Amino acid sequence: MPKTASKNIQKPVEELTYEEALAELEEIVSALEGEQNQLEAAIKLFERGQALASRCGILLEAAELKVKQVVGDVVLPFEEEDE
Amino acid sequence: MQPTLFSTQQWTVSKLTFFIRKLLEENEVLQDVWVQGEVSNLSRPASGHVYFTLKDSSAALKCVMWKTSAARLRLGLQDGMEVEVHGRIGVYEVSGQYQLYADQIRPVGEGALYQEFMRLKSMLETEGLFDPERKRPIPMLPKKIGIVTSATGAALRDMINTLRRRLPIVEVLLAPSPVQGVEAPPALVKAIQSLALQSPDVILMARGGGSIEDLWAFNDERVVRAVANSPIPIICGVGHETDFTLSDFAADLRAPTPTAAAELATQITLLDLRALLENQRNRLAAATMSLIADQKNIVSSLTAALRYATPERRILSERQRVDELARRAHSSLLHRIQLQSTQVHGMERRLEALNPLAVLARGYAVVTQKGDGSVVTQVAQTRPGQQVQIRVSDGQVDAEIKDHNS
Repeated sequence: MPKTASKNIQKPVEELTYEEALAELEEIVSALEGEQNQLEAAIKLFERGQALASRCGILLEAAELKVKQVVGDVVLPFEEEDE
Repeated sequence: MQPTLFSTQQWTVSKLTFFIRKLLEENEVLQDVWVQGEVSNLSRPASGHVYFTLKDSSAALKCVMWKTSAARLRLGLQDGMEVEVHGRIGVYEVSGQYQLYADQIRPVGEGALYQEFMRLKSMLETEGLFDPERKRPIPMLPKKIGIVTSATGAALRDMINTLRRRLPIVEVLLAPSPVQGVEAPPALVKAIQSLALQSPDVILMARGGGSIEDLWAFNDERVVRAVANSPIPIICGVGHETDFTLSDFAADLRAPTPTAAAELATQITLLDLRALLENQRNRLAAATMSLIADQKNIVSSLTAALRYATPERRILSERQRVDELARRAHSSLLHRIQLQSTQVHGMERRLEALNPLAVLARGYAVVTQKGDGSVVTQVAQTRPGQQVQIRVSDGQVDAEIKDHNS
């Protein structure tokens, strides 16, 4: 099992960012495609992969552009002007 | 001076005008001139062509600008305006006028700016600020995009709309800065530096179109150096397609417009991400299915092997061996019996030959003593009156020795 996947395995899927979820999903897919896995471990990986994939999907569907403002060293929320 | 009555060449107006036209139009200097003067008698008829006179304190020059060139004019031309006009000198034969066919008009002073632009460009070029080896790749899928532009400009709106449409999952950090005027260059430099501290994956520095003066901040040496030295790759999208600033040269990537800058920063879009995710999903399922199929194959081949190794089979084979042995034992026994019986037969025949009773059949008799049954072979073995037995072929009789003849 790849290192990062095992590291994140404790972290609930709902807490992952899109990038984390996608990276782990990619690792799981390569792990399943590559190494010979114990069947039980493989099925756990598959279930985790499915959860990651739907997490990614949800994040993509719900994505809303976040714009913040940097003034000096400070990051503030940025209100766009109405068009 | 008296005119020559009989000149060597007789001119017509047309021929002479054409001759003058050729003279002017074959002169290289006159075909590529910048002329400075004040605009007067400006006229824009419905045809779209622009007519005016360029004058200074002591001379005037008729000017024509055709519709196609006039459409590209960025400044609003007005009577009294001091401008520099570029074009070629030609002759309008119908009215016998030479005039300037203009293709570009710029405010006075822009020429000086252009000189300054070229000077700074060649200096920074020599320093290596624009070297292609300095250009860094733009990340394909940025998580965080920094924007340096005016907080109120159309450029910001265009970029945000483009990012929202193409990759809404990205985080945008705006470092607002004036983009024209004397305060712009130091503010732009500060904005780039402030953004760099937030470590975005790429910075978009942009501004909408404008005159060369409007865009001048992006030719400022401080700004160009800040762009070149930025630790974060910068995409520069200033003005329109035809505008090139020194910041464009120093940037890692030049975009023709702010919108294009936002597009170049999002080479992978939400659509691509969805497709990628779908692909991962499919691979995940396929990999797991094939893994399970592999395991099934292993199980079924092990099952087959197990069936092959079952004791039942062994028992069957043992039984066969036993049967075989039994069969062999039986046949060898038969053989032995046959052999024995042949032997017995032979012996019987030999025994037959030796049977003393066979001699009796031929008329011989055997005499035995009555007491001990011993065979009498000599006279001396008997005395008169002795009881003996005489055996013949079909039985025996008792007899008594009567006399010795010898």
